[in-house]
Amino acid sequence: MDFGFILSQSLTQAIGVTAIIYCLAAIGLNVQFGYGGLLNFGQVAFVAVGAYAVGATVISVGSSLWLGVAIGIILAIVLALLLGIPTLRLRADYLAIVTIAASEIIRFAAKSSDFLGGAQGTTGAIGADFYALNPLPEWDRFEFGPISFTRVDMWVVLVGWCLIALVTLLTWALMRSPWGRVVKGIREDEDAVRSLGKNTYLFKIQILILGGVFGALGGMMSAISRGSVQPDGFVPDFTFFLYVMLILGGTARVMGPILGAAIFWFLLVFVEQVLKEGVSSGLITFISTTQIGPIRFILVGVGLMLLMIFRPQGILGDRKELMLDAR
Amino acid sequence: MPADTTIGTTAVAALAELQPEPGIAKPDPILIADHVVRQFGGLRAVDVTHLEVQRGAITALIGPNGAGKSTFFNVISGFDTSDEGSWTYNGQTITNTAPNTLARKGLVRTFQLTKSLSRLKVIDNMRLGASGQTGESIFPAVFKFTWGRQESEITERAMNLLERFNLAAKAQDFAGSLSGGQRKLLEMARALMLNPDLIMLDEPMAGVNPALKQSLLDHIRDIREEGTTVMFVEHDMDMVRDVSDWVVVMAQGSIISEGTPLDVMRDPRVIDAYLGAHHDSALTESGQSLTESTSKEADA
Ligand SMILES: Nc1ncnc2c1ncn2[C@@H]1O[C@H](COP(=O)(O)OP(=O)(O)O)[C@@H](O)[C@H]1O
Ligand SMILES: [Mg+2]
Repeated sequence: MDFGFILSQSLTQAIGVTAIIYCLAAIGLNVQFGYGGLLNFGQVAFVAVGAYAVGATVISVGSSLWLGVAIGIILAIVLALLLGIPTLRLRADYLAIVTIAASEIIRFAAKSSDFLGGAQGTTGAIGADFYALNPLPEWDRFEFGPISFTRVDMWVVLVGWCLIALVTLLTWALMRSPWGRVVKGIREDEDAVRSLGKNTYLFKIQILILGGVFGALGGMMSAISRGSVQPDGFVPDFTFFLYVMLILGGTARVMGPILGAAIFWFLLVFVEQVLKEGVSSGLITFISTTQIGPIRFILVGVGLMLLMIFRPQGILGDRKELMLDAR
Repeated sequence: MPADTTIGTTAVAALAELQPEPGIAKPDPILIADHVVRQFGGLRAVDVTHLEVQRGAITALIGPNGAGKSTFFNVISGFDTSDEGSWTYNGQTITNTAPNTLARKGLVRTFQLTKSLSRLKVIDNMRLGASGQTGESIFPAVFKFTWGRQESEITERAMNLLERFNLAAKAQDFAGSLSGGQRKLLEMARALMLNPDLIMLDEPMAGVNPALKQSLLDHIRDIREEGTTVMFVEHDMDMVRDVSDWVVVMAQGSIISEGTPLDVMRDPRVIDAYLGAHHDSALTESGQSLTESTSKEADA
């Protein structure tokens, strides 16, 4: 078994573009759920809106990518308002129901819309404007120990991680401020915060918007890097993976979603590669190559169960803090 | 009575002149409620014809369990919606106004079931109470220089209050690690961060040990001396007699009696209400304690 290869594949995925996309969306979910306690079960809707905004603007309309980025941010804000205004005055579970429904509505609507490419989605040079800015030297590959990227991937990954750093810095600055204190207070007990004179409704709308825009940025990165937008990439599982990453890294921790997303993709690819090598080298005989896909998720699920038993607060969480709730 | 200029004593003096009867007008009311009704299905949980709360005084709201005291607090403070009625605060109509709006106007309440924010530090619970914070707007929040100075002023005020409530040593602990009694103290201290004009305390002494109770009573008196009107719900008649200037008695949603502690404890309607609510053995006990306290007062 070639562990060098497996490790390099897994590490590349851990910091690669897929992890970046999920990471941005998970940071958004951390703002909403981790800090604010909002049960957003449709974060993928914001990712889809971001992806389709740039995809349709560039491919269907033939306009510039940057216009698409602006439209994506505006649409994410509009979606947050549409979801939040009717539900955030009600009990917490209403938002959960409405967001999961909205994410499916958006997926099916996109699937049946010719403008958005229907079931095939939108494919083409969505990221052309972005790649034209690539300042990197014309090398074949960019190598860092076991990890290597092509010039194009390197540019995406570089910008992606800068974006993550920016969004994380913003989250950190907000969460140490009095604004962040109100948001965390809402998570603990909204009525108590209202009794102290804060308009909690406004704060909840703000975190829904902020987290939604972060998610849309993830969607844009996905459309740009893949050169296509597929409606079936935006299934509810996406949001549940985000929750897994958050819990893995530690909710309401600034670095939680970053660590969570990286470890999640590392493990998923690592398990997949080990199984693949095992099967092809004849070490593992009781499964076939087609079963590897589902089995890696089973193993990741088992791993998560172990995490919940031995470290329920996640990697960065504080167990003492978690136990305060178990009154 | 010797002439005294503090608000508290003049308010008390004014109250002592009044006829003890339900719905009586006060010389300087901060809160006036009219025909406030709250129904749960067929149950009229609150049905208050008229109530005025004297500014600068400590008013106790007593009554058997289920009398509608908490529901009345909830309605007045905007956490519940009334079916009928209207009420004014400082002369302004505030019928069914949002609680956060009321809190900013200086009408602040605490809850029967304590609402401490567990996974926030004690000091952050306190800071959250301060109003008018620049750093609570999302854009300035990003830049600490816009709110840093205000934050240290707030922290200083918070620490002073914590000191008064014997919680200073706990400032950096999570509020969730406090005992039940300490949480009651914290909730009261936190409400004071808003500099309220009228503070409504729902059973501030429930679950607080006797030693702490005495200091809580002192705090309530201090709050009045600083010019804040206090209205509080309490079951322990000794506590009520000790601290309150005026007592309002509720039973089955309505106000059945009002007066100084002494008047109220002599009122046969009050004794009836308590007797009616407690059956058998508990009945005689509370009956005794009511008459006992009355006779003690009369002897003095
Ligand atoms: N949310 C509610 N739904 C239905 N009934 C309620 C509700 N809240 C209070 N009640 C009823 O209203 C009455 C008054 O309750 P409450 O105000 O809590 O009494 P108190 O605080 O005086 O003990 C009780 O009979 C209680 O069962
Ligand atoms: Mg009550």
